[in-house]
Amino acid sequence: MANGEQFEPRIIGFFCNWCSYQAADLAGIARIKQPPNVRVIRVMCSGRVDPTFVLKAFALGADGVMIAGCHPGDCHYIEQNYKTIRRYVMLQHTLGQLGIEKARLKLVWASAAEGHILAEEITKFVQELKRLGPLNWRQNWESDEAEQQAVEAIAREHEETLEVPV
Amino acid sequence: MSESTGAAPTRSNGKPKLALYWAASCGGCEIAVLAIDEKILTVAEHFDIIFWPCVVDGKVRDVEKLPDGAIHVCLFNGGIRTSEQEYMAKLLRRKSKVLVAFGSCAHEGCIPGLANLSSRQEIFETVFRDSISTDNPQGVLPQTETEVPEGKIHLPLFYNTLKPLEAVVHVDYTLPGCPPEAENIWEALQAIVNGTLPPPGRVLGKSTTVCDECPRQRTEKKIREFKRIWEVIPDETTCLLEQGIVCSGIATRAGCGAKCPKVNSPCIGCHGPNEGVEDIGARMMTALASVIDSKDPEEVEQIITRGIPDLVGTFYRFGLAASLLRRSRLQPAGAG
Repeated sequence: MANGEQFEPRIIGFFCNWCSYQAADLAGIARIKQPPNVRVIRVMCSGRVDPTFVLKAFALGADGVMIAGCHPGDCHYIEQNYKTIRRYVMLQHTLGQLGIEKARLKLVWASAAEGHILAEEITKFVQELKRLGPLNWRQNWESDEAEQQAVEAIAREHEETLEVPV
Repeated sequence: MSESTGAAPTRSNGKPKLALYWAASCGGCEIAVLAIDEKILTVAEHFDIIFWPCVVDGKVRDVEKLPDGAIHVCLFNGGIRTSEQEYMAKLLRRKSKVLVAFGSCAHEGCIPGLANLSSRQEIFETVFRDSISTDNPQGVLPQTETEVPEGKIHLPLFYNTLKPLEAVVHVDYTLPGCPPEAENIWEALQAIVNGTLPPPGRVLGKSTTVCDECPRQRTEKKIREFKRIWEVIPDETTCLLEQGIVCSGIATRAGCGAKCPKVNSPCIGCHGPNEGVEDIGARMMTALASVIDSKDPEEVEQIITRGIPDLVGTFYRFGLAASLLRRSRLQPAGAG
């Protein structure tokens, strides 16, 4: 990101087929203004969102993840979104321990009629992530130049001393 | 082995060459190799053990002088924590036809990988300054380069992040476990000798979970409270998870014969995730989410914080370094 250039957060959204994806659709049809930062992945249910998806999104460069589903009690699959609640709690604690701000993972309930609520939550989420700045998770573990040079230095040193008479 | 000990590095007695190496690990894997008992003599009959610093005399220089691919099999245990270990991993990869990540550390970082919750600086502060048994009045920390009257001497660079073997070199096979079970080691060695190894890239062993090998009785799980292991004496026949004890058997690769659950102790996940699972912690979250008996977010929060105060330590006890996120966030200041 060049200096002065506005940071645009990359957000992965997992929206459920029956409520939240419809809400996103409705927000579009109703021309509700919202930032375009969310890449939406439609899933059959918020309960389909394996925590692996969330961790992978962060690992591959997302700045935030939004999970959206039917309101508790309204799940198309009776009670799978309660599992989402439990996973969300465990994910938040895990991310917290690893130093990822809790605000980077958001759980939203939006019924098919609540396009405006979803748009509002997305707007707030983007603002919050702009405040937090980029996550860029890979930089925490990718090997740096110092490591590469240290390995090469050993190889050089060994080459220089290899021809010692036995 | 007997007649070849002390011979020139380029000996050629016709036997395939075997190497074993030890990077960031506790040394238990070295012992585990000997747990195959007298069969180790059979191993020595079939292989020329060319490099095994823990057991036989041999120099890195000897390995460097070998032509590439000269070693038939290298069993590499331990994760990569220093530049020297990365150098050795790369060297042994080049010299070996088959490289096996041997044991949990090489496979997924294991307990040393939990130090990925700290930075190099924090680890040094704890180990060389703050711990109560440390006597270091000048507060000396390891340096990569030190001037002495005779010249400059070097120590390997200690990395911020411990990496599993696969993060630095291509690995052909993985033997899971902390340490691997003697039976599995023997089977793998036999497969190598007989040329019956599966196609490369596989974790050698079973593909299902520890639950499949666990004799405990399972019914429907509904958990309202997780208990720490010192809070209860578990009943010996019912599934431990059903009794509210966090047991990682549901997400852990089989192959140990459910050793820990059989002695009334929960599985802690040392064989890594079962086949097809990318992140063992995510698997544990998914599984536990299905058995917690509450629909109220605040109550769920209570159940989790009270029963599993350290989620990363519980879910990623052996697998943090190979998990999707690999470590905790590194502060830019700690990178120095």
